[in-house]
Amino acid sequence: MTELFLVFLINGLLGVVLVVVNKITGPKRTNPIKETPYECGSPYLQDRIYPIPIKYYMVAFLFLVFDVEVVFFYPWALIFKKIGSPALIFMFAYIAILGIGFVYAWKKGAFQWEK
Amino acid sequence: MSDILILLIKIVAALVWFLVLTLYLTWLERKESAIMQDRIGANRADFFGIRVIGLFQPFADAIKMMFKEDFTPTFSRRFIHNLAPFVAFFFTAVTVQAIPFGDVLRVGGKEIKLQVLDIDVGILFILAMLSFTVYGVLLSGWASNSRWTLLGGLRGTAQLVSYEVALGLSLIGLVMVFPSLRFSSIVNYQGELLFGWLPQWGILLQPLGFIVFLFASLAESERVPFDLPEGESEIVGFFTEYSGLKWGLYMFTSFMKVLLIACLLTTLFFGGYHVPWLNPDGFHFPWGGEWLLPHGIVVLFQIIMFNVKVIFFCWLQILIRWTYPRFRYDQLMDFGWKFLVPLSVINIVATAIVMTLLK
Repeated sequence: MTELFLVFLINGLLGVVLVVVNKITGPKRTNPIKETPYECGSPYLQDRIYPIPIKYYMVAFLFLVFDVEVVFFYPWALIFKKIGSPALIFMFAYIAILGIGFVYAWKKGAFQWEK
Repeated sequence: MSDILILLIKIVAALVWFLVLTLYLTWLERKESAIMQDRIGANRADFFGIRVIGLFQPFADAIKMMFKEDFTPTFSRRFIHNLAPFVAFFFTAVTVQAIPFGDVLRVGGKEIKLQVLDIDVGILFILAMLSFTVYGVLLSGWASNSRWTLLGGLRGTAQLVSYEVALGLSLIGLVMVFPSLRFSSIVNYQGELLFGWLPQWGILLQPLGFIVFLFASLAESERVPFDLPEGESEIVGFFTEYSGLKWGLYMFTSFMKVLLIACLLTTLFFGGYHVPWLNPDGFHFPWGGEWLLPHGIVVLFQIIMFNVKVIFFCWLQILIRWTYPRFRYDQLMDFGWKFLVPLSVINIVATAIVMTLLK
């Protein structure tokens, strides 16, 4: 526990120093053009962020489902060598369920980025 | 008291090793790309008139960045704008502390493990910390309040979380073969010999898992051919509104990830610090020879071997980065979900069947 705490403390301090030190050492000059968002040289067109494509939401959803399933694999993988063939049968059932979900998502076009 | 002191020295040494090697990775990248494109590359930075093929260049860059203006735009969400580079840097820097650099070093009756965080869920720790770096990308894109950064941040997040699944799945086959999540035990398993002469490295037992892990981790590092979030020539990327050292932190983090991936490939698939046939008391060759060595020399060999492997994989990643063109975004998503994820599940099933048959 001490090790983890010290590692986080030292790395955190270094990160804070790196973010803050530039505020002290750097110059501060500003002008109105500098205060507008970057727009490739043309005048600034948008003053707010528009709604984003729903595809990104789908990816986040799929990630949530499948990454939780990945985590469930780990305890099984750890004791697989000890248990042997019974573990194989259980895992095939689990992979089948995962596979059905995966094929369903695929057929529904969840992985299709462009229609 | 002395235990805490040793621990502090180990943490600082690992951190310094990581940061200095990362600095020189920028130099290596510039030189290697220059050689590939028939240029000379960075060679001007000098230290009191001494130029050594540009070896002082990384330090010149760092000092220059420190004295640039640190510009926080007024239209941004200021606190999160400052927090994002810290998050990206912090969670990448922490991970290297879980990597074993060598075996136990015995000095004056004390046994020092050449690894800072020998936690029993090492693989899960690294995966968790790598997942946290997603926040650095997402928050910077959102807090800057500009549309290029938002687009870059969203692309980056979608890419990172997609390849996270393949990354997690590819390591399960490895955990099945070497039943442990602790990095030091995984490396110890790899020190054993197969058929009495072949070092039992992860790549020999898990070739398919290695391929999936290599591609997924290349995507995690967000460099060409997977540099969609940054995309120098189309959108500018999630750090468009950053300047000075905060921008430098993002650049630095991407190089730190290259180094971290090299460390992970070495530790998990290429025997970590193991030199083939080097036991704690010296070399025992399978053809019957012996070369006994003192303890200090053996540890030195291990550390050098670890560094050689790590630098080889850094070189390989830079080679890939300067050879291939960028993916299109739908190709990227297809590659992750429709190719790597099924491939890693096939790897798990094949590993399970082979292990059951061989028993």
